[in-house]
Amino acid sequence: MSSSKEPPRGDGLSVSRRGFLTSMGLGAVGVALPEITPATGPEIVPAGDVTRIALRINGRTHPALVEPRWSLLHVLRAEVGLTAAKEGCGRGECGACTVLVDDQPRYACLTLAVEAEGAEITTAEGLMEGEELGPTQQAFAETDAFQCGYCTPGQVMATEALLRANPHPSPEDIRGGVSGNLCRCGAYENIFRAVERAAELRSGGAS
Amino acid sequence: MIRDAEGRYWEEGQEVFETPQAAPDPKPWSETRVVGTRRMRVDAYERVSGTAEYPSDLLLPGMLYGAVLRSPHPHARVLSVDATAAEALPGVRAVISGFTPLNAALRPHEQLIRETLFGPVRRFEGEAIAAVAADTPYHAHDALRALKVEYEVRPFVSDERDALAEGAPLVHEEGNRVGDASTYARGDVAAGFAEADVVLEEEYRTECQIHVPMETHGCVASWDGDTLTVWESTQGVFPVQAGVARGLGMPLSRVRVIGKYMGGGFGSKLSMGDYTLMAALLAKVSARPVKLFITREETLLSAGNRPPSNTRIKAGVKRDGTLTALDLSATGTGGAYRAGGTGGLDFLVRELYRCSNVRTETQDIYVNAGPARAMRAPGYPQAAWALEQMMDALAEAIEMDPVALRLKNISLVSQVRGRPYTTTGLEACIRDGAEAFGWEAAKARAEATRDAPVRRGVGVAAAMWGAGGGGPPATVILKLFSDGSLNLNLGASDIGTGTKTIMAMVVAEELWVDPDTIQIEHADTGTTQYATASGGSKTVPTESPAVRAAALDLKKQVLEIAAAQLGVDVATLALREGKVVTTSGPSQEVPLARLNDLRRRGVVVGVGYRGPNPEGKMVNPFAAHFCEVEVDTRTGRVELVRFLAAQDSGRVMNRTTYDNQVHGGVTMGVGFGMTEKRVLDRGQTGRLVGHGWTDYRIPTAMDVPTSLEVLPIDLGDREANSTGAKGLGEPATIATAPAIANAVHHALGVRITATPITPAAVLEALAAQRQESTR
Ligand code: FES
Ligand code: FES
Repeated sequence: MSSSKEPPRGDGLSVSRRGFLTSMGLGAVGVALPEITPATGPEIVPAGDVTRIALRINGRTHPALVEPRWSLLHVLRAEVGLTAAKEGCGRGECGACTVLVDDQPRYACLTLAVEAEGAEITTAEGLMEGEELGPTQQAFAETDAFQCGYCTPGQVMATEALLRANPHPSPEDIRGGVSGNLCRCGAYENIFRAVERAAELRSGGAS
Repeated sequence: MIRDAEGRYWEEGQEVFETPQAAPDPKPWSETRVVGTRRMRVDAYERVSGTAEYPSDLLLPGMLYGAVLRSPHPHARVLSVDATAAEALPGVRAVISGFTPLNAALRPHEQLIRETLFGPVRRFEGEAIAAVAADTPYHAHDALRALKVEYEVRPFVSDERDALAEGAPLVHEEGNRVGDASTYARGDVAAGFAEADVVLEEEYRTECQIHVPMETHGCVASWDGDTLTVWESTQGVFPVQAGVARGLGMPLSRVRVIGKYMGGGFGSKLSMGDYTLMAALLAKVSARPVKLFITREETLLSAGNRPPSNTRIKAGVKRDGTLTALDLSATGTGGAYRAGGTGGLDFLVRELYRCSNVRTETQDIYVNAGPARAMRAPGYPQAAWALEQMMDALAEAIEMDPVALRLKNISLVSQVRGRPYTTTGLEACIRDGAEAFGWEAAKARAEATRDAPVRRGVGVAAAMWGAGGGGPPATVILKLFSDGSLNLNLGASDIGTGTKTIMAMVVAEELWVDPDTIQIEHADTGTTQYATASGGSKTVPTESPAVRAAALDLKKQVLEIAAAQLGVDVATLALREGKVVTTSGPSQEVPLARLNDLRRRGVVVGVGYRGPNPEGKMVNPFAAHFCEVEVDTRTGRVELVRFLAAQDSGRVMNRTTYDNQVHGGVTMGVGFGMTEKRVLDRGQTGRLVGHGWTDYRIPTAMDVPTSLEVLPIDLGDREANSTGAKGLGEPATIATAPAIANAVHHALGVRITATPITPAAVLEALAAQRQESTR
């Protein structure tokens, strides 16, 4: 198994995925969710203009009527009813909403539903093998890599993305790979263990 | 009435609850099979699969989305709210404010709406002006933007250090002092200072820390006739039920609050919020279920905080390390309303170390900023930041090792309350912690780096927590079904600490059943028993003895059923691996599922109550944290190389969740000490600077210690309660920040007395040090 022709997903200590995606996504904040500017805000966009789209989510096609400004996160949670991806901030700062878009980790709160059309979207629900946990999820359960669990589906997806790109991450790769996902309960120590364990399980390691 | 429900559980003189007919407590276990092992959480599957339904995940047919307009000014009078344009927008279903007309559904709540929720004078940025409900969150935010509000902007004061100055703007007409200063004294501090060989005095500051739980605050509210159901992200469904019932003038029986999963609280979700009542009112007026979760920005402004503190400590010590006097004066602020801004600030100085002469004075001050809410050991991390840095400075001044100085001043009695502790692991935490950490060697290693650009340092800090013993009330029901499986029914919330798992382990221990056969029903006022909020590090010491009592009650009935069936004396029977077995006489056994009486009845029910705590004793957890840092003197970056947390929280119930909870406490302490600071524009606008996590920085995966070790000091407290557990969540965060500060001081020889220790703060301190030395 070749381990390192790919550039490591984590960016080591200097640039974390968090910093990178945040700056990348800033432009979309205003579009994704209007800022709450009381009374004096800019002109109001007339609501109600809907477009018909079809999203590929977890291997199935979901048609939906969406407003162009709706985030992928909103559509997943409120329209499609897949609530594993969570909203922690709605502004690209926490990673609770992380999903895979064509194998890449994306903040679903900063991704418009209309731009996700045509891509293969994977949520934590999509990692399940029927009723059984997928290996990354299993690793999180075994290592107790959460407390309240609210950030967990996002952490699981960030880990899944890391391991799809880099099946044998170094400790630095691991820190970098999950550094775009905040955990206010502070379960990071066990999250690092979970990523190691997931790498093991995914490469058919001992269970 | 909303703020009364703030749940200030840490205050002395709080209500004392009674529990009915608690049977005499059994002795703590001397040996355990399940309790104390490492066990995966009972809800791990739900949490990692995404199937756990958090209140913010709930989708009900016809559900609307609520949103709140909050004041952009730190101090203003609202002159009018014009909702005409907002109400005309598509998808907008309801607008409530202090000015919009009230229909028949809302009229009974006129006072609540006009005076409390949306009162005319708003005293902090983020205080509510109006609430709306619409078809989607987007439509709701459109509506907020279309509301026209006229304000009369008033002068503000946003920093407590400015608020007592002559001519400072008044937050409330009666002045900016929240009552008189609280004072405490024992012995004679003047005599104590006279006795000392060294007297030091220093000022410390801690910045405002904000809970920012990952799931924001909020609920889904739904009416069915006169009955209201609220799914709330909360630490306690019963306090929310009480708050809603009081706020809306309803009987408790008509308010059902459910909160099975919740995405973190840290003290900010001990009771309902303004959002809870708003959701209920919006649901009532729109005749639809309403989901109202506040935004991340609102959590920074209006959902509580650990207030800033300013502390001066003067301390006297003899050359042999005996503390002779401690004198503290501190100010703090609970924000714009009475919210315990200095609560707990002086307790450690009064209690942690043996000292006969102590005087403290704390003054709470109003400012135009969001009110405090209890945050993980309210007051204690602030106090530890000051006291534990002072202890370090004293050790240095008398040339004593900081570990040795602390060990010299251990108290076996609670000096504040004049009673012995059931157990105190303070000495063991410090001594065993230092040994496990390799204190001496690490210290020597660090001192060898003094001239290098990257320097090492080690630091220690100790702590205790003034609550954490738990107590009544708690009522728990345990049902045994005819096939031998069980249902454990308790009202407590599991806020991520592993409560449910620990309770299942207690049942499994007592009944010798497989923990997987136990189904847990919890945190629902409609179907479970009364429990206080999960906070104060008291859930396990409160609930686990009640769970054990329920298991014992059930066991007694089961053994009686079996004795009749087998025709033996009940005293010869015991439970083992899901069976009733004889322990003497001819060997007989019967599986639980074959108990005829159980099968006839379908269920046997055990009830357990929490008994009182031991009389004349205090039950408190203790801790000591050790830290090794590497400081780059060129960049100011502080790397946490190694961290060890020694904790005395009585019996370790589940080692897996125990370790995790300590990791979390340390991480939050790292945030408090190194990254977190609420910045208000003190001079110009009084408003929050930066409205998310980019500016209010909490620890990320990059910030936590490279190596983080947990050392449980398991003393097996045989007096505290029948399971021997003390609280853990809060004592795990108190000593972290000062341990880091002391390590940084050890590395650099400069003391950083204000949080957070950012690279900029380190560089500034180093620059000041250079200036000092060239002078
Ligand atoms: S919810 Fe998307 S990054 Fe926080
Ligand atoms: S587990 Fe609670 S935020 Fe990560």
